[in-house]
Amino acid sequence: MAIELRDVYKAFGSKEVLRGFSAEARDGETLVILGGSGSGKSVTLKHIVGLLEPDRGEVWVDGLRVDELDREGLFELRRNVGYVFQFAALFDSMTVAENVGMGLKRLTGVSKEDRLRRVEECLARVDMAGYGERLPAELSGGQKKRVGIARAIATEPRYILYDEPTTGLDPMTRAVIDELINRMKAELGVTGIVITHDMESAFRVADRFAMIHDGKQQFQGSPDEIRSSADPMVRAFIEGRPELIEEAE
Amino acid sequence: MTSLLRAPFAAIGRGGRTLMVGLGQWGRMVWEAIVSLRDVDVWLGLTLRQMTRVGVDSVPIALFIAMFTGIVLALQASYTFTGAIPLYFVGVLVGKTMMLELGPVLTGLALSGRVGANISAELGTMRVTEQIDALETMAYPPVAYLVVPRVLAGIIMFPLVTALAIGVGIAAGWLTSLQLLDMSTYEFVYGLTLFFQPFDVTFAMVKTISFGFVVTSIGCFYGFRTRGGAEGVGRSTTQAVVVSSMVILVLDAFWAITLL
Ligand SMILES: Nc1ncnc2c1ncn2[C@@H]1O[C@H](COP(=O)(O)OP(=O)(O)O)[C@@H](O)[C@H]1O
Ligand SMILES: [Mg+2]
Repeated sequence: MAIELRDVYKAFGSKEVLRGFSAEARDGETLVILGGSGSGKSVTLKHIVGLLEPDRGEVWVDGLRVDELDREGLFELRRNVGYVFQFAALFDSMTVAENVGMGLKRLTGVSKEDRLRRVEECLARVDMAGYGERLPAELSGGQKKRVGIARAIATEPRYILYDEPTTGLDPMTRAVIDELINRMKAELGVTGIVITHDMESAFRVADRFAMIHDGKQQFQGSPDEIRSSADPMVRAFIEGRPELIEEAE
Repeated sequence: MTSLLRAPFAAIGRGGRTLMVGLGQWGRMVWEAIVSLRDVDVWLGLTLRQMTRVGVDSVPIALFIAMFTGIVLALQASYTFTGAIPLYFVGVLVGKTMMLELGPVLTGLALSGRVGANISAELGTMRVTEQIDALETMAYPPVAYLVVPRVLAGIIMFPLVTALAIGVGIAAGWLTSLQLLDMSTYEFVYGLTLFFQPFDVTFAMVKTISFGFVVTSIGCFYGFRTRGGAEGVGRSTTQAVVVSSMVILVLDAFWAITLL
């Protein structure tokens, strides 16, 4: 099943962030969303799990219209969606292991032994084995990020939303995370959306790209299509050359 | 000229609107908390932990305040009476004032600084670091998980802490009367019990329960709606303390008017 945003509008007060944005992550694929900072990428992801409601437009996940789900429906949906927050958003009153186990605790029929085993497994997957008893405050930014990913994958969700999963990490860890994203897709059939500024990572994980600019979809297409795109906005972004935009305008 | 005249009214209008909108949002949160009571599995265990935090941790400051209030009350009473009124009225005054007014209100104000600020800073930090969003994405209802335990803890623990404070305040007044006022225990206790009515206890209870509810729910409210990083957290903490202190004083008058 897929994730789809159709013509989504969202404003905060007078600030129009999304102005008819559309994007689609197809079943079992990874969609990479590109866009400048403050362009509304995180806002877009929050719509997918119903943390924000669109002013206009439709949000579809798993054949369900998210923006019309009631509370129970949302909680049901969220059990199938893992969310990796931009700044990890770990619960700072809990240990790393408790953080990772939070989602599992909410699922019925998972015994305590199973839970602890899954927590260890997930921590190992992000190279954080042995850190279970630490508190988030004792971790570096990159370590927190990895724990955030472990927490999102712990329940083996069918959808995972990654908000800048590799920003601020060293190249080695970045490669590990990219591989993890690909493995979640290959092994568990996860449909994913990845927000990133890091083009190297982007090309490693993307099946498709969408680019947001000015609240609208600037581009959507395959990795080959984005490489050969002549759109100055797209070129400026993937080549890291802002002057291309000015030349075009 | 007209705009000069209009300005203050416009400001009052704006303030009034902000107040009404805020009240509406607060009411919605409280309503959601009431509805969330059905998620017993989510809030039950957490409530015990909050009771320790709200209650036990607040005892020292509450007792500190009560002790000095008791001493001052006794001394001021005897100073005011200047021999014209029998000294055992010191007991009356210390008892009645501690019980009906100063015990509940001073404890409430102290706890709005201690507990209310703590709650709004904690929840505000959780809000700006997206921990509250994270709870939601893991299918934990944030109101049941964060608000209900804190408000319940406030409603349960404020009366207990206040009762202790009243006890300590009266004891301090009694010791002061013995040591500094040349009164006997018999005189003090005689005054203490002379006008005592069981309704005094009910009155104090009603007050402190309402204060507990106000301080914790307002702390949660400002915490939840925090925006804008560390600065935002500071702002909502201040607001929570200022607003809950004001509401305590208004409620205090309200109960006096309606119940006495
Ligand atoms: N809850 C909110 N209230 C008001 N403004 C918001 C809120 N969330 C995001 N914004 C604003 O929306 C814009 C887009 O934010 P965001 O999606 O986080 O950008 P990014 O693309 O860098 O992830 C920003 O200007 C931000 O200030
Ligand atoms: Mg973002």
